[in-house]
Amino acid sequence: MAQAEIPYQEAIPLHDPHSWITKYWFSQDHKVIAVQYGITAVAVGLVALVLSWIMRTQIGFPGAVEWITPDIYYQSVTMHGMIMVIYLLTAFLLGSFGNYLVPLMLGARDMVFPFVNMISYHVYLASVLILMAGYLFPGTLGGPTGAGWTLYPPQAILSGTPGADWGILTMLASLAVFIVAFTMGGLNYITTILQARTRGMTMMRMPLSIWGIGMATVLGLLAFPALFVSAIMMTLDNLIGTSFFMPAINSAFDAGEDYQGGSPLLFQHLFWFFGHPEVYIVALPAFGVVSDLISVHARKNIFGYRLMVWAIVAIGGLSFIVWAHHMYVAGMHPYFGFFFATTTLIIAVPTAIKVYNWTLTLWRANIRFTVPMLFAIAFVLTFVVGGLTGLFLGNVIVDVPLSDTYFVVAHFHMVMGVAPILVIFGGIYHWYPKITGRMLNDTIGRIHFWITFIGTYAIYFPMHFLAIPRRYYEYNVGESAILTQSMDILNQSITITAYIVGIAQFLFIYNLIVSYRRGREAGDNPWEANSLEWRTPQTPPVHGNWGESLPTVHRWAYDYSVPGEEKDFIPQDVPRKAQA
Amino acid sequence: MAVAIFLLIIVIVSVLLSFFSPWQFTEIASNWGYIDFTVILTFWICGIVFVVIGLFMVYTTWKFRYRADARADYEPENPKLEWWLTIVTTIGVVAMLAPGLIVWNDFVNPPDDVQEVEVLSKQWGWAFRFPGEDGKFGTVHVDNIDADNSFGMNMADPNGDDDVLVQGNTLHLPVDQAYKVLLRSNDVLHDFWVPEFRAKMDAVPGMITYFWFTPTRIQDQPYEVVCAELCGRGHYTMRGWVKVDTQEDFRSWLGTQPTWADVQAATALDAMSPEAKRGREIWAAEGCNACHSLDGSAVVGPSWLNLWNTTRQLADGTTATVDEAYFVESIREPALKIVEGFSPAMIAYDEETVTEDEIQALVALLKESVDAPADAPVGP
Repeated sequence: MAQAEIPYQEAIPLHDPHSWITKYWFSQDHKVIAVQYGITAVAVGLVALVLSWIMRTQIGFPGAVEWITPDIYYQSVTMHGMIMVIYLLTAFLLGSFGNYLVPLMLGARDMVFPFVNMISYHVYLASVLILMAGYLFPGTLGGPTGAGWTLYPPQAILSGTPGADWGILTMLASLAVFIVAFTMGGLNYITTILQARTRGMTMMRMPLSIWGIGMATVLGLLAFPALFVSAIMMTLDNLIGTSFFMPAINSAFDAGEDYQGGSPLLFQHLFWFFGHPEVYIVALPAFGVVSDLISVHARKNIFGYRLMVWAIVAIGGLSFIVWAHHMYVAGMHPYFGFFFATTTLIIAVPTAIKVYNWTLTLWRANIRFTVPMLFAIAFVLTFVVGGLTGLFLGNVIVDVPLSDTYFVVAHFHMVMGVAPILVIFGGIYHWYPKITGRMLNDTIGRIHFWITFIGTYAIYFPMHFLAIPRRYYEYNVGESAILTQSMDILNQSITITAYIVGIAQFLFIYNLIVSYRRGREAGDNPWEANSLEWRTPQTPPVHGNWGESLPTVHRWAYDYSVPGEEKDFIPQDVPRKAQA
Repeated sequence: MAVAIFLLIIVIVSVLLSFFSPWQFTEIASNWGYIDFTVILTFWICGIVFVVIGLFMVYTTWKFRYRADARADYEPENPKLEWWLTIVTTIGVVAMLAPGLIVWNDFVNPPDDVQEVEVLSKQWGWAFRFPGEDGKFGTVHVDNIDADNSFGMNMADPNGDDDVLVQGNTLHLPVDQAYKVLLRSNDVLHDFWVPEFRAKMDAVPGMITYFWFTPTRIQDQPYEVVCAELCGRGHYTMRGWVKVDTQEDFRSWLGTQPTWADVQAATALDAMSPEAKRGREIWAAEGCNACHSLDGSAVVGPSWLNLWNTTRQLADGTTATVDEAYFVESIREPALKIVEGFSPAMIAYDEETVTEDEIQALVALLKESVDAPADAPVGP
């Protein structure tokens, strides 16, 4: 099975950094870039966390904080959503995990294009700064956009929406810049996976993390262009009065606008042509990483590896023909409902298989309840709930009463908010020892886990029962009484839980900082794992990752508890016995 | 151990909450019992899967927790089990999808005896139009929309003269009559949703969308309309009411509503001063009309009808008299004094946006907005 030819990167000389700037700021080392992506994403994630507190404060205790006006509320909703989906989840799972794991798990010295990789991070940083610049514009229509993260026109660019001055433009510009960054990173991941695998690392020996990251990158490269053109066209509609998405309207706040012939539905199709694959751009790396976490810490091979791979590929392919299930009540041709409901429910089959295989991996395993494993198990349960509620929303007629209610909020937070974040936490606890050479504090980790898992479940599970419209600043206005007293109590308890869960995240940050200096020495392979990143000659791995020559792979990454072997794990670069 | 226990608690609490939570769907008031059926069917199938997987995880995390002397099984694949699980899953999916698509087919195909009503949505309120005696809607165009013609009625189309135009957020419908709801929007996306009717659909500017339903239940309290598609800072205040009547009550209510011909006649007789007319144009141009009506209806902000010189109860317990100083303050710094029962949705307008001169015209309009037209229902 072993490849005969010399791997592509064997003889490539590395440009060793000479100064602090080239080592930590303009570094071409994929590991440094991964950490840069990670730190930036966490920082911007903390902003999103505070924004969620603002939202929840208003929902739980309407009017209690005077400065939370409708404008502030809608701006917080919008920025929270966009930050979480794009600038945290996508950036972390691909920019950070992708960068760190792809070369190390494949036995490569670095990404194929290290210079482009370096640029990618700095362009991402620019997109974050442009996004945040939205807060700098003063005035009644200043601040970031409050159009909701879906940015639906005509509303997004009209003055009835907060941030209509500059907020929407900085948002669109930031997205366009982010996509440039993603494309540079993404081309790297794909090329590296296809071209720079070490000897013996066949595609079907790759850890599932790589399959998930690779497939997600393919999705991103195909899906993000749709968002890119949408952002460009909407910018033009806004700045110079073109009518790509704008029909003739009569707006109370924008008298004299002369739009004609554009289509708001066209934007929605383009947005969701990106937006649905985006769900899987976040989910597939999480699927991959969690498969590896479960296998390592359960001391058992992942169950049904080949089916897991094909499920990732099938989900990735299907994710491109389900987008309009976000638009069942958007006013598109009703017959679309038949097609998109069918494709959407078909995607449930490979997804369910993945869930079965994770749980079946636990069957007759020898489960170490390490902190990464706790997060992995929490992911599976959270994802089961979020996935099952997707079957409600994906089935067109069932969606009719539920769409635009808190059922949707509960669904997408569980399935693509909390679930991938649990995997990110699990992954950080798992790979922090490799990145820094030290273990994270276990006690703080466990406290962080239990508050986060139980807390998020207590926040989002009861939300399914709130059959009230979402994106409402206030419910009981005037004669209206759609919120009952028990719903009030529920909203208050959700808000208080959100405060607690949020504070627990600062515990995690504290742990990251303190353990960097004071953590227990990790050694090369603290979890006794098989994949190549644990086989580097140094921990943390140096620039170039491997010593004189690249490792040679002889087996898949899941040889745990092989019968007749002394140890319960056999790393990928350990040769097979002669007769085997 | 802790993991298995907590997973078990989560599964049990989730199941209990599903059956005994105080937060349920509102009582249905339309023909769409089939929609509820598909929701309940999906609930049972998904609920069973949740419990089975949850309990399986409870068992495995308890039974197979780490022991130093234990060794995990080595079982890379089990094609038979994997096929079996795939087939069972597929059956479950078909069991949800097939009935769903059948009901969707009903949902998108209105019956033959359906009547039509148009819902016109704009930031931030609702208006309604019935086709009148001839059963035909007059044509409309967005270019025709102005302060006197919020529907954009086409003057040259005789079919429009008898169209009944209902302002003020409250719609009446007769019980047991199927209605096809035609949705229009003047500005941005909106969504007409009455939770008790189950059905909803976005209104999209530039096109007409629809859904149909039959109201089946008369109750004293009108059903509340909520906008279900984010439509700007006033989205959450965009409410309305649907009153389901007997046929007789519905017909007598419809008789009190003006036709397009009536509206045109009333506008021609308008005896406003030129300054107040200028104020009315500013009212429409600056977006005051999005929240403040001149006909007594109120959703986002107080109506300007009969407002001048009245004393208003404020949310902070004090009162304020509507004079020029109060009016100016409410434009420049609207958050300072909020009238009881309203939300602080208004942004401040500085002198560049609304000049002192324009405010004078608005004051003239306010002073002359005193004669109530026939009736303008305000909520229930």
